[in-house]
Amino acid sequence: MRQYEVTFIVDPVLSDEEIKSTLKTYQDMLSKEGGEIVHTEEMGLRQLAYPINRRNSGVYYCVEFKLESPSFIDKLELSLRRDERVMRFLTTSLDKYGVKYNDDKRKGLIGKQKEEDKGSQQDEQKAKSDSGKPKTNEKEAVKKVVAAKQVLEAVKDSDDKDVQEEE
Amino acid sequence: MASRDDIKFLSNPTIGQRRDKYCRFKRFGIKYIDYKDPDFLLQFVNEQGKLLPRRITGNSLKYQRKVATAVKRARHLAMLPYVTDQLK
Repeated sequence: MRQYEVTFIVDPVLSDEEIKSTLKTYQDMLSKEGGEIVHTEEMGLRQLAYPINRRNSGVYYCVEFKLESPSFIDKLELSLRRDERVMRFLTTSLDKYGVKYNDDKRKGLIGKQKEEDKGSQQDEQKAKSDSGKPKTNEKEAVKKVVAAKQVLEAVKDSDDKDVQEEE
Repeated sequence: MASRDDIKFLSNPTIGQRRDKYCRFKRFGIKYIDYKDPDFLLQFVNEQGKLLPRRITGNSLKYQRKVATAVKRARHLAMLPYVTDQLK
């Protein structure tokens, strides 16, 4: 039993019903051949990074399914290739990490994890920059204090001198 | 008045220092790279849409290979461009 994932782009010019029926045909096809559909993700209308068949956008669908024998994949791909409604498709087999990732994504763990990752990265960067800065700050502060003391002493001295001169 | 010793700190002292490179997948335990997430993959291509080398991203060989396949799959699905300018 292996888990696969087929992502395909449907022509956006078609009516909503036709787009949905496209998805339905492949879902039916899969379940007919003994495949077990794990999840269907509708990613919706997206802008394409480059034009395909003179279209600048497409409707993305991603179907995740389990299959006993991989021989059906050939059939599925052939029908996808022959289907004029489908602009592009990609079938991949998922390894155990991929299965886990998709599971977590559905539970809504992935986005948060990424934010945490980013947060920790930023924290580290901050920590690094902080560890760099305080030293210089301390040095500067020490120098400033020293300089201030010197100035004060100088002022005092001059004051004393002034006082003496006045006397 | 700035004395001579103060002048040394007018420029950022960390400018010349090299930051340690690391593989973010190993460090944060990311095992799977999703080809359907173009925003994430954008970190591994330059502004022409070409894959960045390992010496810049710091990825380990294992994950650089996975990044490469993910980017190529994303390109096939028109989530990332094959050729472009000013991607970022």
